[in-house]
Amino acid sequence: MAVIAYIELSGNKVKKASLETASYAAATAQKLGTEAIGLALGSADASELEALGKYGLSKVVHVNNAQLDNLDSRVQSKVVADQMNALGGKVLVFSHNYTGKALAPRLSARLNAGLVAGAVALPETDGGFVVEKTAFSGKGLAKVSINSDLKVISIGPNSFGVKEVGGSAAVETADAAVEASSVTVKETVKLSDKIPLSEAELVVSAGRGLRGPENWGMVEEMADILGAATACSRAVSDVDWRPHHEHVGQTGLAISPNLYIAIAISGAIQHLAGVSSSKTIVVVNKDPEAPFFKSADYGIVGDAFDVVPKMNAALKKLKG
Amino acid sequence: MKILVCISKVPDTTSKIAFTDNNTKFSEDGVTYIMNPTDEWYALVRGVELKEAHGGSVTVVCVGDSSNDQIIRKSLAIGADDAVRIDAQPDDSYFVAAQIANYAKEQGFDVIITGKETINYNGSVVGGMLAELLDLPYVALVTKMDIAGNEATIEREIEGGKEILSVPTPFVISANKGLAEQRIPNMRGIMAARKKPLNVIPADAGISANTSVVSYSAPPARTACKYVDADNVDELIRLLHEEAKAI
Ligand SMILES: Cc1cc2nc3c(=O)[nH]c(=O)nc-3n(C[C@H](O)[C@H](O)[C@H](O)COP(=O)(O)OP(=O)(O)OC[C@H]3O[C@@H](n4cnc5c(N)ncnc54)[C@H](O)[C@@H]3O)c2cc1C
Ligand SMILES: Nc1ncnc2c1ncn2[C@@H]1O[C@H](COP(=O)(O)O)[C@@H](O)[C@H]1O
Repeated sequence: MAVIAYIELSGNKVKKASLETASYAAATAQKLGTEAIGLALGSADASELEALGKYGLSKVVHVNNAQLDNLDSRVQSKVVADQMNALGGKVLVFSHNYTGKALAPRLSARLNAGLVAGAVALPETDGGFVVEKTAFSGKGLAKVSINSDLKVISIGPNSFGVKEVGGSAAVETADAAVEASSVTVKETVKLSDKIPLSEAELVVSAGRGLRGPENWGMVEEMADILGAATACSRAVSDVDWRPHHEHVGQTGLAISPNLYIAIAISGAIQHLAGVSSSKTIVVVNKDPEAPFFKSADYGIVGDAFDVVPKMNAALKKLKG
Repeated sequence: MKILVCISKVPDTTSKIAFTDNNTKFSEDGVTYIMNPTDEWYALVRGVELKEAHGGSVTVVCVGDSSNDQIIRKSLAIGADDAVRIDAQPDDSYFVAAQIANYAKEQGFDVIITGKETINYNGSVVGGMLAELLDLPYVALVTKMDIAGNEATIEREIEGGKEILSVPTPFVISANKGLAEQRIPNMRGIMAARKKPLNVIPADAGISANTSVVSYSAPPARTACKYVDADNVDELIRLLHEEAKAI
């Protein structure tokens, strides 16, 4: 028996999301009295994989095959399932990010393993196997029992955290039969070197109150000072002031960063649905009646065009 | 081109979310239901657009009881040609995916489209499961898709960027914002929908769910908002740093 953490690679490096996946897998393994093993598919630096021991993995199995560098979920699913069987994996853990959303459901179906997608807590293992997840777009939580022998969990980014426990992992390479992919990657577009919204711990977001895309300079400046990602309301991405991938909410991306700063966003229920699980929420709005204040930890009633530059100056001072 | 679009019924986005029966059930009290937004706005509309451009047909499929017929009629009014309702309670995502796969496997669909995720269960999983059960390629969270012959060019979001892929039919995708623009059904569509076939088929009794909801709860409430004066922004930054330890 073992808990398997799916380790995501990009350019030979381990992606940040996988540190959380590893931490979660290690804590789950501890609860079950077994070990946590990482599974990495594609090209990687051995030192990167060894370092995963810090997050509690005893071993990392590396299927070192460059054919797996691109994510074809159909090809990868077969490789992961074979390794699950070979390693005696009982629980398979992913991050509920773009990669996890492509792979976890495939593995669930392939292994006939019940899946909880978007978990926010460790499994409760006394008696059954119950995992809590967000439901109703952040307006509720559901405890879900996995009734099959094998289990798949994908964890909501930032909901468990990265936990360093020390140690180094033994890296083993494994061979695998890799089918030819029918999916051809023609082009990969990196959106500058900004922090991806889905992984960000700090997010600066703005809404229609900013009146036009030309006024986003101060928002981007705040994000730069903080090392934060930028986001926006649907009203803003609908009129193309900002790109679609920045749209957060019930019909956009759901996020749970440590800090969410909402500038000139009214706080419609559909917007709150995607951001209300953020740890700390700051709202800047000129309307004291804006509904967002009801869901905020800190609020400033004021004109964004006055308040935001002042916040940037104060943040610069803080950051030295 | 034969296109299948998967649609599901969800509480309206403004619904108050409450639970009953000792917090084991979602309270349907005063809740109105709609077609899941990404299914309607993106998955269905792109399916209909492809049919309009290339010919063929759009079938919608829904796993659920007759209370789903209203959203199914709406999908026919928006432009689907026919509908299949698999008559069963959608107990969990695997159950839903396996029922759809069971129906779809003999039908020869070229393109199968699901929404990005349902706004009640937030799984984002039915499409991937369906693809695995049918052994088809799956591209999740697609923002653009065009088809020429039997080759599709697809744009999808990835962490911090996007990818442009080509995939031969048949395949499964999940639809994200950008794929299409919402269409409001017109009177002609609504009239035509009445005459379009809605076939109700029995569920495969051999398929069972492998997860079950034990209980629901409301997310933890936030303490009241602390207001800081607009002329005292430094204080806000201090609080964020020292009290919230967020920066
Ligand atoms: C089915 C459905 C799904 C939806 N899904 C989403 C979703 O996923 N995400 C989402 O965001 N929305 C979603 N919406 C839309 C949502 O209902 C709101 O319309 C939207 O969030 C409003 O965006 P906003 O707050 O930027 O704009 P507005 O509602 O126009 O609010 C602008 C705010 O800015 C303030 N303001 C104006 N000027 C200033 C200034 N100078 N300084 C400070 N404050 C100022 C105003 O007081 C106001 O509160 C959905 C709607 C529907 C029907
Ligand atoms: N009961 C259902 N019947 C048909 N399709 C469904 C059903 N439930 C979910 N789907 C489809 O699967 C997608 C993802 O759902 P989920 O995995 O629950 O987030 C939805 O956007 C729908 O397209």
